[in-house]
Amino acid sequence: MTHASPSPGRADAEPVVVARRRAVMALTSRATEAELAAALDRVGRPAFDDIRAPQTGLVMLRGRTGGDGAPFNLGEATVTRSAVRLASGEVGIAYALGRDAAKVRLAAVLDALAQQDAPGLDEALAPVATRLAGQQDLAEARSAATRVDFFTLVRGED
Amino acid sequence: MYVAVKGGEAAIDNAHALLAHERRGDPSIPEITPDQIREQLALAVDRVMAEGSLHDRDIAALAIKQARGDLIEAIFLVRAFRTTLPRFGASEPLDTSAMSVRRRISATYKDLPGGQVLGPTFDYTHRLIDFTLAGGAAPPAPATATQGEAAPHVTTLLDDEGLIERNPSAAPDAPVGDLTREPLAFPASRDLRLQNLARGDEGFLLALGYSTQRGYGRTHPFVGEIRFGTVQVGFHAEDLGFCVDLGTISVTECEMVTQFKGSAEAAPHFTRGYGLVFGQSERKAMSMALIDRALRTAEFGEDVVAPAQDEEFVLSHSDNVQATGFVEHLKLPHYVDFQAELGLVRQLRSEFAARQADLDAMRKEAAE
Amino acid sequence: MSAALKIGFENPVAQSQAVFRAVMMALARPGTVRRLDVPVDAVPALDPAAAAVALALCDYETPVWLDPALAADLQVQEFLRFHTGAPVTEARALASFAFVPLGGEVPALDDFAQGSLDYPDRSTTLVVAVEALAEGEGWRLTGPGVAGEGRFIARPLPADMLDRLQRNHALFPRGVDLVLTCGDRFAAIPRSTQVDA
Repeated sequence: MTHASPSPGRADAEPVVVARRRAVMALTSRATEAELAAALDRVGRPAFDDIRAPQTGLVMLRGRTGGDGAPFNLGEATVTRSAVRLASGEVGIAYALGRDAAKVRLAAVLDALAQQDAPGLDEALAPVATRLAGQQDLAEARSAATRVDFFTLVRGED
Repeated sequence: MYVAVKGGEAAIDNAHALLAHERRGDPSIPEITPDQIREQLALAVDRVMAEGSLHDRDIAALAIKQARGDLIEAIFLVRAFRTTLPRFGASEPLDTSAMSVRRRISATYKDLPGGQVLGPTFDYTHRLIDFTLAGGAAPPAPATATQGEAAPHVTTLLDDEGLIERNPSAAPDAPVGDLTREPLAFPASRDLRLQNLARGDEGFLLALGYSTQRGYGRTHPFVGEIRFGTVQVGFHAEDLGFCVDLGTISVTECEMVTQFKGSAEAAPHFTRGYGLVFGQSERKAMSMALIDRALRTAEFGEDVVAPAQDEEFVLSHSDNVQATGFVEHLKLPHYVDFQAELGLVRQLRSEFAARQADLDAMRKEAAE
Repeated sequence: MSAALKIGFENPVAQSQAVFRAVMMALARPGTVRRLDVPVDAVPALDPAAAAVALALCDYETPVWLDPALAADLQVQEFLRFHTGAPVTEARALASFAFVPLGGEVPALDDFAQGSLDYPDRSTTLVVAVEALAEGEGWRLTGPGVAGEGRFIARPLPADMLDRLQRNHALFPRGVDLVLTCGDRFAAIPRSTQVDA
């Protein structure tokens, strides 16, 4: 499959904006609908229209042969996507694992706000980041407690 | 061959109603919810996701409920569900070296960076029925400890010394075989074999993996590493023009270090077998790795002598949805076929009886 | 993503199905002129019928070749990328679909994917915009889906188009399929059709 040469003049192609949108989406894709609704309430919910109503489909997940080799198709996952347009013109797009249409629609609104660099967005999403980091830390700490400390009982010489 | 017949609609409707009734069981017992299945029968959910080839815990849990716990039936339901959805594309390959590790063990090195992390495992349980579970008391909170160091893949330790073969690489834009898009043809490339095994039946893979250990295609395996944990899923969305983070999934990975090879050109080095499975299933990941290596027999110039080395045999029979479809189709009406066979057997029997009568007559004649 | 992004189909599932059926019927009945009966909010550079074909049939697994004028049109790029996810390719032989707007040059048909004898479906469908389409006059069409013979004309097309279509037909079951669009009307000449003057 051949991809076009980099598309010229993409309005959203500035690296700073892309980095911000990716950071926001890494949170929204793991958030709950309630968390995103709360974040939007904090930052101020803008007027928007759907330009693509939330749609659930599949993404084929790939692994790598031996962990770091050539890709292979491992199996699919459900993914939901959505696109909205704010009254101010920005088009927000969101993708997330799962089938939660309402959540992904809110994530698309937040993606549009990320393009505006809306003030207070990071703060509004901070509770999500805190929860996710806390869960991951706890899970890793619990596994760390199952790490084996070996001690030698007997070393046979004869 | 089966023959389509009509009739029995009322019987079928009633059978479905009876099935729904039996599914519910004793109504005085609280009904199980998919959430309970997802949380408390998590390994059944993992198996249904792996062999259903669809990562969606809630769909898998609901399928298990609908199938009354018949996991192959649940897998069938999940496979049917996925056909109703459009595909948006393929993810970036999962980076298992960046896994947030819940469990990680190696049978080749005792002390290794990241350590041996047992995680949630049955391995050291005594396999005694725990009657306290029947009561439903809350378990004690798990202990915590300071997180350890990073856990690189064990095989990189061997790789650094050139002691193990390198994994095959591919050009970034090289097509990746997909047996859900193109029918499987033989010989199958390794990407297709791994896809087939990843969705293959755990029992079938286990038995074949076991057979290689018992001498039917030995590979002399060591568990280089098994790891289970969560990995991030990246997806390049064409409409966005950049790669986004879709969320996190859990996978089990097994790297087998297998039979070493060497030649006039190449110094002796170990070979590899690889397993990667949705969710927590090291039995499946290990079996997959054993069979991946066994299926590479011809690649290493060895003779294909055992079932686990025969890719057409393995790949054609690994899928439990296909297998159950063909085995269970024998239940469908074969009335006409059977009538034909019945007629043939009756004719053969009458010929046999006539021959017997002739023989009896001849014997009688000879005796007189 | 610009504020001017066109919506495409209001109701993607039902409208895609309707367009799929209409295109299937156009290919099954070569040279019959059909009208798109679903509204489509399309970019100006694409005929509504051409845009509808793209929305209904293109996806991330169907590389698309674009005429240079379309390829340079940011709105077209954005429209296709957003709604179909189809990768744009410059390699005609890799394209599942190719789009030529009014006034664009129709490349040699055998530059495109011709399919193989095993997989004749792995070929390009060309979607070419014209100023005028009519049935009942012009070229004589015969073959599957044409009762007796049909007449069909489209303008403007390259002077040697008849010769190209005849050579394309000679490759059957390989070869490309042609969809001609004119505003919200369209017709098709599949590779199975014999075209004569």
